[in-house]
Amino acid sequence: MISFGPTEEQEVAQSAMREFAASAIRPIARRSDEESRVPEDFLEQSWQLGLVATQIPEAYGGAGEARSPITNALVLEELAFGDAGLALAATAPALFAMPVVEFGSEAQKCELLPLFCGDRFHAASLALAEPGPAFEPTALRTKAERKGDGFVLSGAKCFVPLADRASHFLVLARENGGDAVQAYVVPRDAAGLSIDAPEKNLGLRALPTGTLSFERVELPAAARLGGDAGCDARRILDLVRTAQSAALVGVSRAVMEYAIPYAKDREAFDEAIAKKQAIAFTLADMRIEVDAMRWLVWQAASRLENGLDATREAQLARLYCARQAMKIADDGVQVLGGHGFIREHPVELWYRSVRTLGVVDGAALV
Amino acid sequence: MIDFTFTEHDKKVLDAVRAEALVCRGYARHYDENEHEFPPDELPEAKDFPPTMSLFAGRGKDDTSLGVMSMMLAAAQSWGDYSVRMRRGKGGLGNAALRAAGTPEQQKQWGHLTLAMAITEPGCGSDPSRVQMTAVLDAATNEWVLNGEKIFVTTGCRADGVVVWATIDKAAGRAGIKSFLVEKGAPGFVVAHKEKKLGIRADDTAAYVFKDCRIPRGNLLGGNEEIPKESSGGFRGVMKTFNMTRPAVAAIGLGIAQAALDFTREQLQAAGVAIEYGPGAAGQSALAQRFLELEALYEAAMLTVLRAAWLSDAGKSNNLESSICKAKGGAAVREITQGCIELLGPMGASREHLLEKWFRDVRITDIYEGTGQIQRLIIARDILGYGRDELK
Repeated sequence: MISFGPTEEQEVAQSAMREFAASAIRPIARRSDEESRVPEDFLEQSWQLGLVATQIPEAYGGAGEARSPITNALVLEELAFGDAGLALAATAPALFAMPVVEFGSEAQKCELLPLFCGDRFHAASLALAEPGPAFEPTALRTKAERKGDGFVLSGAKCFVPLADRASHFLVLARENGGDAVQAYVVPRDAAGLSIDAPEKNLGLRALPTGTLSFERVELPAAARLGGDAGCDARRILDLVRTAQSAALVGVSRAVMEYAIPYAKDREAFDEAIAKKQAIAFTLADMRIEVDAMRWLVWQAASRLENGLDATREAQLARLYCARQAMKIADDGVQVLGGHGFIREHPVELWYRSVRTLGVVDGAALV
Repeated sequence: MIDFTFTEHDKKVLDAVRAEALVCRGYARHYDENEHEFPPDELPEAKDFPPTMSLFAGRGKDDTSLGVMSMMLAAAQSWGDYSVRMRRGKGGLGNAALRAAGTPEQQKQWGHLTLAMAITEPGCGSDPSRVQMTAVLDAATNEWVLNGEKIFVTTGCRADGVVVWATIDKAAGRAGIKSFLVEKGAPGFVVAHKEKKLGIRADDTAAYVFKDCRIPRGNLLGGNEEIPKESSGGFRGVMKTFNMTRPAVAAIGLGIAQAALDFTREQLQAAGVAIEYGPGAAGQSALAQRFLELEALYEAAMLTVLRAAWLSDAGKSNNLESSICKAKGGAAVREITQGCIELLGPMGASREHLLEKWFRDVRITDIYEGTGQIQRLIIARDILGYGRDELK
């Protein structure tokens, strides 16, 4: 049945996150960007929201609530409304933990999931994007080749969230020279893994990222996510694309909600610039597109939640949101004019965030 | 609960309407090229297809709500053809106006007729407060005397009557505008011609002339002859008629855009262009990537339509959302059909195929029922908290 109505619980989560974004994220967003770092106490504070542990089954120490990509998309929009970099830093452990919940073998779940059920923030991450031009998530260059019972991993990954501190990485790689992609659990101290962090990025500067190089990293058979059954890497990509899109909706809304009062306040030629159609229509287009983007995200998330194939919906959401969010942020800078270019206003930060988010696959997961 | 899946029953209804629409498509080119003919009230194939409403038998509470389904049906029908229908429906836009503004007696008297709606004049379109057509009360005979011209009247040739906007006091501006019901055959009322158009050529679009046209005093819709002092609530009431017609108009345009996308995908794939959803931009041809962008645009626009209808079904206000989906839909269908022709090249511009027709048909979407610019005015006023005098 087609329905655009969140559940009561989802509405509660939404408004709690909105409140958190306003009180805990927005106030530190500029400083975190300028300093290119995420405050430790922010990670601890956001950990108390239980974003990851609630979705881990009780058997492994979690709260055992049903995993909900829809709720996660709603949450991510709100957090990214506060700041996308901080939102991704706070939710990064889900990049690792949720695929383990969905695809992990019993042994992997027993070993890894309790790490995320403690009182303290636990950093782990996903390694999907790769350095160099024309990155294509369905044609990875990183390879895992069978050797004896285990695998040898070679290649490089970039833009890996929390690379400076993650205890484990879930690394996506092509298996045995074929096209099939699988995921491998790689501990930080694996021999042959070198970590270059932090990277210096255009936007999302509050999110520490790093480059991983795998030089013939030898992994046991048990490192393969899901064991012999493996994992559905396509679904991981769908979860990632949907999350990326949800975050783009949040930043777009931030731009719109900032540009509207600015345009009403700023006067030119004896009236508020918002009274000029050229500006008013630009703002109207932002309003239209924020809606359109959000429904695409919800559609993809709903299919993921129902266990349906969501590759089409996630890809269309990602394509559309990346394009429209860029336009909204671009227009936001233009509405503010010179002030849009000055770092006293957050719009230039969002402009950089959106350009970065739109091309970085694998920095969030619903 | 947020959900975007159609139930088995929903799918059964939609599949049946699409099957019907495909039959209609078979007649599309004929009535496009022979615009002086009207498609029949019922196609010969109708005996093989049950009436659309009968498809809804057995609907349960878990099936998609009726407003949302009606948008899907509107899109499914226009996916076949804009004008040709298995059975031509009764009623027109004027019926919606009668329901919104007519007294119970008036609704009883005229509700069974097919009523067109005539607002636009040669000199006024987006700003209906500039209506020049006059209505003067002849107290001696208890009749209104109408004088003026109306154009672009949908279902105007075949309707039994029309709801027409005229001013009873030009000095009063918008407040002086009233709607009147004029039945065909009223003295002084002439259907001047069928309009010649870029697209939707088979569609019945008329131009009217009223010359000392006399109608009974009771034909003033709602019956209120007073001129309200402030900005007219009555006017707003009529404008509210648009809250469901705007999403429907967007849905109809998007059904055509969907037909264009389906055809383009088939042709590209037949020519060896793979279109896949998994790969990103670096893993696809530029043609495939452009196609996906157009498909995403379709999807985004259609979802805004469904949202507007869903709000209405849920008993919530959808003023803003009906303008959002009309603005989005109107712009989307232009880009999609233009883009599909570009993707197919010369073949896309040939009248051997329907794509060029869809490109022409769909262009009206961003114009009628309020242009994209008018929708943006409405949206901008809403989000800025401005009245109509603050943002013109």
